[in-house]
Amino acid sequence: MTEFFQSFGMSYEWAWGIATIAGILLIALPLMLAVAMVIYVDRKVLGAIMLRRGPNVVGPFGLLQSFADGLKVFLQETIIPSAANKGIFLLAPIITFTVALAAWAVIPFADGVVLADINVGLLYILAISSLGVYGVVMSGWASNSKYPFFSAMRAAAQMISYEVSIGFILVCVVLWSKSFNMTEIVLAQKGHGLGIVNGFFFNPLLFPIFVVFFICALAETARAPFDLTEAESELVAGYQTEYSSMSFALFWLGEYANILLMCSLCTILFVGGWLPPIEWAPLYYVPGFIWFLLKTFGFFLAFSWIWATVPRYRYDQLMRLGWKVFLPMSLIFVAIISGYLMATGHFVK
Amino acid sequence: MIETLAFYLFAGLVIAGGAMVIMSRNPVHSVLWLILAFFNAAGLMVLVGAEFIAMLLVIVYVGAVAVLFLFVVMMLDIDFAAMRAGFIKNFPLGIAIAVILLAELGLGLGAYGSGGIELGSPDSAAAFQSDVSNIEAIGALLYGRYIILFEIAGIILLVAMIGAIVLTHREPKPGARGRQDIGKQISRRPEDATVMKNPEYGEGIEL
Repeated sequence: MTEFFQSFGMSYEWAWGIATIAGILLIALPLMLAVAMVIYVDRKVLGAIMLRRGPNVVGPFGLLQSFADGLKVFLQETIIPSAANKGIFLLAPIITFTVALAAWAVIPFADGVVLADINVGLLYILAISSLGVYGVVMSGWASNSKYPFFSAMRAAAQMISYEVSIGFILVCVVLWSKSFNMTEIVLAQKGHGLGIVNGFFFNPLLFPIFVVFFICALAETARAPFDLTEAESELVAGYQTEYSSMSFALFWLGEYANILLMCSLCTILFVGGWLPPIEWAPLYYVPGFIWFLLKTFGFFLAFSWIWATVPRYRYDQLMRLGWKVFLPMSLIFVAIISGYLMATGHFVK
Repeated sequence: MIETLAFYLFAGLVIAGGAMVIMSRNPVHSVLWLILAFFNAAGLMVLVGAEFIAMLLVIVYVGAVAVLFLFVVMMLDIDFAAMRAGFIKNFPLGIAIAVILLAELGLGLGAYGSGGIELGSPDSAAAFQSDVSNIEAIGALLYGRYIILFEIAGIILLVAMIGAIVLTHREPKPGARGRQDIGKQISRRPEDATVMKNPEYGEGIEL
C-alpha cells in the first residue's frame, strides 16, 4: 500500500505513515462492525437453543439490535463511583479495548493481507493477549468494591494459568511449521494431510492439541463455561459492575474482539487460515478472505453453542483443569511431537 | 526520522515511568508505572532489532511477573504514615545505594568512552549471520555454544520450582473436610444420589 501512496508523489515517510493509518482503519472499522454483528449472532444462537426468538425488533430480523444498543450506551450518563480511583478506573476499559485491537495487527486475512508481517507474529499475539489481564485487574481494583475485586483476582489467576498451556500448544505448532510468522504457519499447512486437506487439524498428533487449545481459548476469553470472572450469580457482573455508558461498552467490545481473535487464531494455527479446506484447484477461485471469515465464524458458532450448552465450572475445577490436566498434557505433547519430528528428519534442511 | 522519534518517545517514557515508580504514593500506581516502563523498554528492544527479546520481555515481565506483583500489592493493607516513619531510619542506606549506582554509572560511561571490549574472534558456529532471523540466531547460540550454561540455568530453575512446591505444600490432615476428590465427584451419577419415590396421599416417606 506504501507504493500506492508513493505514486501520488509523496515522500516515503509520508506514504508509509498514511498507508499504515489506512491499514489500521481497514482492520479496526470492519472489526467493530464484525463485533456488532457477532454479538447479534451470539444472542440469536442463544435464543434459538433456548427456544426463544432472540433480538427481532430493531431492523429486519433484528439485525440492527447491536447498533441500537450501542446508541443506547452512548447516550447514557457515565457514572464514576465516588470511592473509585478515578484515573485507573477510566484507564482500565481503554486498555482492554486497545489491547483487543492491537493483536489484530499480525493476523493474516488472506495471502499477504496483513498489517505487520513480522517474524515473531505468534509471540506478539501471546505478548499482547497477556496484557489483556491488566484491564480486568485494574478495573476490579479501581472500582473499590468487593465483587469487582474478587472478579479481578479470579481473572488474573485464570488468565495466567491458561496462558501457560497455550504457550506450550503454540510451541507444538511452531515446531511443525518451523516459523513464528503467521503467514508461514498458514503456508506450512498447505497440503498437510497427504496433500489432500489443508490444516494441522487433520494431523492425528496435533488434533488433541487443537482440542486443548480451543478449551484454553474459552478460558482465556472468560467465555462460558469458564466465565467465572463475571459469574452473575456470585459476583453481580464481575469487574464491570461499577461501569456504565461508554466505559462499559468498551469492555463489551474488547471482550468480543478478543473472542473473535481467539477464533481466528484457531483458524490460522490449526485449520489452515485462508486456504480452502480441501486441496482442490476450483476451491482456490473463492478468495482466501472468504475462507478465513467462514472458518472464523464457524469457530464463533461453536463458542456460542458451548455458551448455551455447558454449565459453569466451579473455580477449583477450573484451576485443576488448567494446571493438573492441560499443563501436563501439553508438556507431554511437546515432547512427543518434537521427538516425532526429530525422528522423521523434519528439521534437516 | 520515525526511528528517532520512536526512540525518544520510548526512552522518555521509560525514564518517566521509572521516576514515577519511586515518586507515586500509592504502591499500586507504582506497579502500574513499572509496567509502563517495562513495556517501553520492550519498545526500545524492537528499535534495536531484538524483537525476540522484546516479546519475551513483554510475555515474561509484563504478562506474568508484574501481574503477580500487582496481585500482591493490591491485597496489601498499607499504612502510609507507618511507611513514611521509616524514611529517616533507612535514609543512610538509600543514600549508600544511590552513591553506588551513581559510581557504577560513571564507571560505565568511562568504560564506554574508552572504546569497545575485545571479546576474541567469534568462532564459526556463533558467528553473526545477518541473513538468519533473530530467533534462529539466538537458538543457534543458546543450544550450540552456551548449551552447558543453558542447562545449568534450567536445573537452577527446576530446583527453585521444587523448593517453592516444598515450601507451600501441606499434607491434608486425615479425615479433614474441604479436601475434594474430583474423580469421585465426576464419577457420581444421579442414581447414586437421588431416589424416586411416589408416596401415598397424606403419608410421608421413609428414607
